[in-house]
Amino acid sequence: MSDKPRKFKGGVHPNDSKALSSRKAIKEAPLFDSYKVIMHQNIGAPPELVVKKGDTVKKGGLLAKAGGFMSVPLHAPTSGTIKAIDKVPGPTGISVPCIEITSDGEDEWGSPFEPISDWQTADPAELKQRIWDAGIVGMGGAGFPVHVKLSPPEGKTIDTLIINGAECEPYLTADHRLMLEQAEEVVLGVAILVRILGLKTGVIGVENNKPDAIEALNKVAGKYNITVQSLPVNYPQGAERQLIYSITGREVPVGKLPMDVNCVVQNVATAAAVTEAVLKGQPSIERVTTVTGKPLVDPGNWKLRIGTPISKTIELAGGITEQPAKLLLGGPMMGIAQSSLDVTVMKNTSGVLLIAQDEVSQYTSEPCIRCGRCVDCCPMQILPATISQAVENKRFDWAEKLNVMACIECGSCSYSCPSHRPLNQQFKRAKVEIRAGLRKKG
Amino acid sequence: MSIAVIAIIAVGVLGALLGIIIGIVAKVFAVETDERIERVGELLPGANCGGCGYAGCADFAKSVVSETATPDQCPVCSKEDVQAIADYLGIVAEEKEKKVALVRCSGDIPNTVRSLYNGVRDCRSAVLVAGGAKGCDYGCLGFGSCAEACPFGAIEIRKGLAVVHKELCVGCENCVAACPKELIVMVPEAATTHVYCNSPEKGAAKRKVCKTACIACRKCVKASGEEDHMEIDGFLIRTNYENAPGPELVEAAGCPTTALRVDTLHAEGAYEGVTK
Repeated sequence: MSDKPRKFKGGVHPNDSKALSSRKAIKEAPLFDSYKVIMHQNIGAPPELVVKKGDTVKKGGLLAKAGGFMSVPLHAPTSGTIKAIDKVPGPTGISVPCIEITSDGEDEWGSPFEPISDWQTADPAELKQRIWDAGIVGMGGAGFPVHVKLSPPEGKTIDTLIINGAECEPYLTADHRLMLEQAEEVVLGVAILVRILGLKTGVIGVENNKPDAIEALNKVAGKYNITVQSLPVNYPQGAERQLIYSITGREVPVGKLPMDVNCVVQNVATAAAVTEAVLKGQPSIERVTTVTGKPLVDPGNWKLRIGTPISKTIELAGGITEQPAKLLLGGPMMGIAQSSLDVTVMKNTSGVLLIAQDEVSQYTSEPCIRCGRCVDCCPMQILPATISQAVENKRFDWAEKLNVMACIECGSCSYSCPSHRPLNQQFKRAKVEIRAGLRKKG
Repeated sequence: MSIAVIAIIAVGVLGALLGIIIGIVAKVFAVETDERIERVGELLPGANCGGCGYAGCADFAKSVVSETATPDQCPVCSKEDVQAIADYLGIVAEEKEKKVALVRCSGDIPNTVRSLYNGVRDCRSAVLVAGGAKGCDYGCLGFGSCAEACPFGAIEIRKGLAVVHKELCVGCENCVAACPKELIVMVPEAATTHVYCNSPEKGAAKRKVCKTACIACRKCVKASGEEDHMEIDGFLIRTNYENAPGPELVEAAGCPTTALRVDTLHAEGAYEGVTK
């Protein structure tokens, strides 16, 4: 491993606007009257419901058990009664099933498992089982079950564990604050993951616009034999493939996973959740989320329980001073626009972002002028302009040949396009159509 | 001899030689074509819409002649056209019921809650962004993916709602696959009265986002009396197409949200602004 990280090709430098919330310490959100916990919070199979309407649950109690290996259980964010098995708008806009819990105000803890304090001597399999039982998914955004990443299939070996603390997405500061305030928890979580994978060390990659976080991590990292790697600021530095390249110099081939180049990537928030699950016996029921944007009175970072409605988080941030134009879950580059305030916080909700009327550009897209900016900035080195043409003509076969499936949907192309072409949106469409086509073929 | 004469002779000889070769080749490698295929192809509409399931009209004509398909499989041909093909081939034409497309939604812009959407003007792209810009998860997005898919221009987008002009619809079903919300169904042409709503949500939830949603009040079910004209499907009433009601049911039922409509009047826009 070299001391100097490599710079991946492409990328953009949007205004990061992190100053809105980067100096605000993480605050604990108060207990709300009700929580609507979205059932399916992970990539893979949905969990199976184990409670019914009218049941009482303790905080941390099981709501749904894993519905297979590619699935994780779901736990109650507080103690109370199950009011209903209802539907709420999901983060993609489609209504999804949720479990509504009416809080009893006691917030009584009833964790289904005991802490494992001797993690250094405990069986790695036991630690891995705990991570699964605690329902931990990748908290960086994708929601991939963590225990799956920690179980490489036969014939695949893992030699590098990379922890993603890049937080390259503008506006978001949740990971930054977490690394700064709970550095020991993060590093400890990395050490536990290192033990499960049977490695000697792990690397935490942090963009160098967070020197305080790097310093805080470095203070404790030595104790657990973990390295902290400072990375250049370049969006999308936190994307899995770009991060692996920067740190190890390995390129993940298109259609392959990080484990194919012997790497596992986890988010810093995931590492902190691992510490809580192992050392404190707490399932994954809360996370640090940045609630930010110019229209908010008091943007900041909050520790929110899963199932907290977005409307409540905006109240926490002091409400709004002006009518926002957009509400996004996640950051401005990859976040998903919402049309309802009823959406609730999930395990992978890293940010709630409001964008003001004068910040959002309502443009009409114009023809491609073939300037090639999108080609220059594409971190996956595909040809956005050409693929866009293919998609516009509904030639999804052509788009597939041009490797649209390699697109990581980072939005750098749309960001840099002077003709305001909806490139990223077209690629998302193409990917959906191609996948649907493959499914039809069987 | 002048150069001109030499050239004329050379080209003339070459031409004659090649002509003879072409003549021989045409005889030896002659492709036997069934003239019936060509004739049936002429009788078909020639729109190549694919509604029959074959790769265009020529392919379908071939299948009809080889009797792997029957002429009535063409959704576009009228009864007379089918009869003409059957007569020509000397087969018996089967009676078929003509079907037309129905967009089961009445939520145009004045009647529904919408959020601002500034992306690709195409339903299949819009649906990827927060499920489309409509308050109702099940409603027509109105960006016209179906209208674009229709080779006969039978679908009009009016105030953000796809409206089928029945007289132009030939029933090729191209629009059915284009709709990401699966709103379009094929119904018998003879049926005139439909419920223009496809949301399985509870009545109150639907009304919050759409003025013309079917709230399953069952007035139309009662008005049809003993006759089994309407079917109840959860929080939604649908027309029973086995026994479709006549247009008089709309008057008799007095649908409080005007979700129950006569198709021709709906296409004309007669229900606009009449919601209560």
